[in-house]
Order: sequence, then C-alpha cells, then structure tokens
Amino acid sequence: MEKKVVLKTENVGKYFYDPVKFKVLDEISFDAKEGEFLTLVGKSGCGKSTLLYVLSTMDTDYEGRLFIADEKLSGSKPDHLAKVRNEKIGFVFQFHYLLPEFTCLKNIMIPALKLGKYSREEIEHRAYQKLEMLDLKELALKPASKLSGGQQQRVAIARALINDPLIIMGDEPTGNLDSKNTNIVFDIFKELTRSQNQTIIAVTHDTDFAKASDRTIELMDGKIIDLDKKWD
Amino acid sequence: MKKRVNSEIALTHILSRKRQTLVASFGVTIGITVFVFLNSLLLGFNRFFDASIFKSMPHMRIYKDDELSKPLVQQPGKTTVVVNPKILNQAKRLINPQELVNRVKRHPEVVAAAQWVTLNLFYTNGKSQLTGVSSGANIIEADAMFNIQSTMVEGNLRDLQNVSNGIIIGIGIANKLNLHVNENLPVISSTGVTKVMRVIGIFQTNNSITDKSKSYMNLSAAQQLMSEGPSYVTDIYVNIKDPQKVEDYDEAFEEMSGYKVEDWKEANETMVAASKMRSVMMRVISTAILLVAAFGIYNILNMTIMQKLNDIAILKATGFSGPDVIKIFVTEAFIMGFFGTCCGLGLASVLVNALSHVYIGGDIGYFPIRFEPIVFVLGAFIGLFVTVVAGLIPARNAAKVDPIEIFRK
Repeated sequence: MEKKVVLKTENVGKYFYDPVKFKVLDEISFDAKEGEFLTLVGKSGCGKSTLLYVLSTMDTDYEGRLFIADEKLSGSKPDHLAKVRNEKIGFVFQFHYLLPEFTCLKNIMIPALKLGKYSREEIEHRAYQKLEMLDLKELALKPASKLSGGQQQRVAIARALINDPLIIMGDEPTGNLDSKNTNIVFDIFKELTRSQNQTIIAVTHDTDFAKASDRTIELMDGKIIDLDKKWD
Repeated sequence: MKKRVNSEIALTHILSRKRQTLVASFGVTIGITVFVFLNSLLLGFNRFFDASIFKSMPHMRIYKDDELSKPLVQQPGKTTVVVNPKILNQAKRLINPQELVNRVKRHPEVVAAAQWVTLNLFYTNGKSQLTGVSSGANIIEADAMFNIQSTMVEGNLRDLQNVSNGIIIGIGIANKLNLHVNENLPVISSTGVTKVMRVIGIFQTNNSITDKSKSYMNLSAAQQLMSEGPSYVTDIYVNIKDPQKVEDYDEAFEEMSGYKVEDWKEANETMVAASKMRSVMMRVISTAILLVAAFGIYNILNMTIMQKLNDIAILKATGFSGPDVIKIFVTEAFIMGFFGTCCGLGLASVLVNALSHVYIGGDIGYFPIRFEPIVFVLGAFIGLFVTVVAGLIPARNAAKVDPIEIFRK
C-alpha cells in the first residue's frame, strides 16, 4: 500500500533582510510520508534550520506553499497555526527547552491540557505512559531544572509525543548529548516511526545519526541538492 | 480545561517567584491604601464641613430682597417726580407667609420648611451690652432643621413653647452676662424696642462666634421686638432631600414664591470653592500614587517577560497562541493586583479606623473620617482595572515574541 504524504512543500523560498537581502531558501519542494524517518543535513548556514522552522509553521514569512495532512497552511492565521502545532506537531530542540518551574510531569502534560482532548486524569495517565516508555518514571515529580541534559532531552521528547502528533520535528535533537544518550534518542525515534507510524523530520549534523535514518535530504546554499542522499 | 491551563501556568509563575510577586503586590497595596484613605478623608471632611454649615444655615432661604425706589415716577397728565433711589420701607417682609410655607412644603423634594424672623439685637445687663443675632421661629421646626437639642447644655428646648418671652442663648452670652436658666435677660432690638426675656436654655456649638451672639426665641416675641404684627416674617427656611443638588431647585422656588431664593452654596461660595479645590488636590495625589503602583506591576511583569522569553517561545512552539500568552501574563497581573488590592483595602480600613479614634477637640470632636463603602468599592475597582491595564502592555509585547528568534540564539 502506498504511504500517505503527511507534509509537502511547493517552491518554498525565503529571504533574510539583515544586513543585506539574501536568499536563504530557494525552490524547496519535497514530500514526507507517514512513518518516515527523515533527516536534513548540510553545512552550517545552508538553511536547514531555517527550513525546519518554516515546516514547523512558526515561521510564516516565506513564499511558496506548505501542506500538512493535505491542509494548506501557508497564509493561515497565527492562531490557527498555533492550533495545528498543538495537535499535529511535536518538537524536540537542541537545548532541551523545558519550563523550569514545572515538574517533568507537568511539562509533558501542558500541551495536552492545552489541546483539551482528554480529561486531566487521562492526560496524567498518558504522561506517565510516555515517561515509562522513555524510562523516566522515577523523575516524574522532579522540577525540570533539577535534571541532567540527557534526562531533560528525553522529557522534551515525551512532551513532543503527548498529543500523538503526525510529525515530530527535531532541531539537532542529539546535538549536545553523549553517544549513549544519542543512541537512546535514535532508538526511540526509530521505534516511533515503526510502531506508531509517526513521521520524524530532524535537522542534524551527526553523520551517523543521518546515515541510520530512512532518508536524508541534503541542502546547500538554500537549495536541495539531494532528495535521498546515498552514503558511501 | 483549555482555559485552566493558562491560569495554571500563570499561578505557577507567580508562586515560583514569590518575592517579586510580593514586591509588586506591595506597591499596589500602598497605592490602594493611600487612594482609599485619602478619599475617605476627603469625604469625611466634606461631610463635616457641610454638616457644620447646616448647623446654622438652611439648604435654601426664601426672602424679600431689598428693593430700591424708582428714580422717576411718571404719572400721565401729572407732574413727573424725580427722587433719589433708596431702599423701600416695606422691604424684608414676605406677604402671606403661612400660605407660602404650605405651598413650599408640597414640593416633593422639600423635607422641612419654616417661617423665620431674623433680627439684630443687644443683650444687656445693666450698662453692659452685647450685640447679637436672634432667630424667631417655631422651636420644634428649628430643631428639626438644625438639631439644636443636641447642643443644649442647660435647660430644655421644648419649654420655649410654653414661655412667650423665653429665649435660648449661646454659652458665650451666658458666660459674659453671667446668666443661668430661669434668669431674666433684657434685650433691645434694632427698632429700639426693649423686652425682658427669660432664659429657657443655653446651647454650646463650640463655634465661638455663634456661641457669643446667637439666640432663639418664639416667632411672636421676635415680631414684637420688630414692632410688627403676627404676619411679619423675614425668611422662609427650606431643607431639601439632597443639599448637594440645591442649585437645581433655585429657579423653581423663585418662580413659585416670587421672592429671592439663596441656596447655601451661594451663601458660602468661598467655602464651597475651597472644598472643591481640596477634592481636586486629593484626587490628583491619590491617582498619582495609584499610577506609580501600576507602574511597579508593569515593571515587574516586563522584567518577568524578559527573563521568560525562552518559556514564551516554548509555549508558542507547543501550540499556545498570542492571545493565550496575553491571558497568561494578564492573569499574573490580575493575581498580583487582586492580592495587593485586598491587602490595600484591609490596611486602609485599619488606618481609617485608627484615625476615627483620634480626638481633635473644638467643635470637630473626633476626626471626621469613617468607613465609606463607596470609596472602598471604587478603590477595589480602580485597583484591579489599573493593574490589568498595566499588565496588558507587557503581555502584548510577550505575545509578539517570535519563537524562532529565541531558538536561533
């Protein structure tokens, strides 16, 4: 059976204006299918992070078109985009980005409370499930600021998963993790694409990480130079 | 559920930085305290001054204004008479006063109306004389207007009705002429009539001018002293329901009576102007202090937002919209404002209560301040309003935070 396309871009282009007008993204068109583990690679400054922010719907200042789950999102209102992010996209960042005043459990629960699809008890139960899956159960009630980097990153992944998003996006998700934690994160991602049929799009400069993914898109100077990079 | 998560985040922010919250709330507390306290003070003052005016003056007075003779009397077919203008002799007298009082009393706003004879006279004791002013009136009606009974220190006010030549005098007169109840007091009126009065009572208003010159007597005694008959009345005193709106009725009464109407505001223009000035001053000061408190909230919230750029970015990335972010920070401002306002209202009531037990003396007695519900309600309302507005400005800036810029750093 043909896999469904969950994310699609058509001729996405973007300019930076400071200090001079400069085209960071040029005619980016590609698809991401469900259950696909996709990595974006390229040299520093090639626009891969910028592309990820466009895909994430947080950046709206671009030309071209973006579709997520067949819905055209380019030109949508910010409030609607916030809703789409809440429901369909999970984020994992390089620098963990948890809310320091809240416990791990609360951090994970907040996007789900925002979505309001389940009751509070159910959300708490689901959050515990995610924590268990990531082997963090004993940290649930600790404040986020008391955790180590690797632990925080795993909590952030749990948070990204809480609403069962279609797509999980990562900006250098293993960027400042040691190899042990990197492997853990990679295995989790792989497992999610296989068992939950979720799509992963991750920006990385970790060659081993990219090599092990399903498909790697390579960018250079704002253009896609390879839609399925072959590693030798 | 969706709304609760916003307030839950706001509450966690507030609780995790208790010190800042307390500082901001404390600013509001001080602002509200000063605002409520000053305004209670103002209301107390104004109430006291109004009351002190109404101790000796009605809300409005109907009287015949002095009329000048016409300088030119032209009679057709006869010689034209030219005269120097002067005050006419029949001045000062109201025609058919009883009927006029009845008519005035029928007006729905009127609570009391009384016929009045005001006369200047000398109180004498052998060769010594004191000038003074006496009011001839039905003492029961006069008491209803000016609450004379509450100032009586000797004798009973009601006895005046049974003694046709009775008089109630101020304590200053009694002291100077060495008088007590049931002693005789000869008085000479401005028209030269001498009459021996009997002291029925002595009052003390603590206003020394009033105490040294004022007296009350029966209407008939005053008419005799003016060598006039029982229909002689110089003024009609009128009290209405709301003395602050007295100027609205001036014209109606002038039209009804055909005489001049003077309300207490016209008669006390300087005092009314001073009280207006005081009101403006206190309102400006209290509002300024409230604004400073609001600025404190604005400042602390601004700082919080600067420190929380990361959190705002992460909230936005996980699906919180601009309005959600505004709600979170306005809720924080509201909580701080609510807490501060409550403390402020509490502190203000303590201050008001303390000051109302301070004895000043004179005719003031205890400090004229009391718990004014309207000021407290107003203070609560303004306190919350100002803090929410002060929170809204930084909250809107927070809503504009671009998460990408934060993540790129």
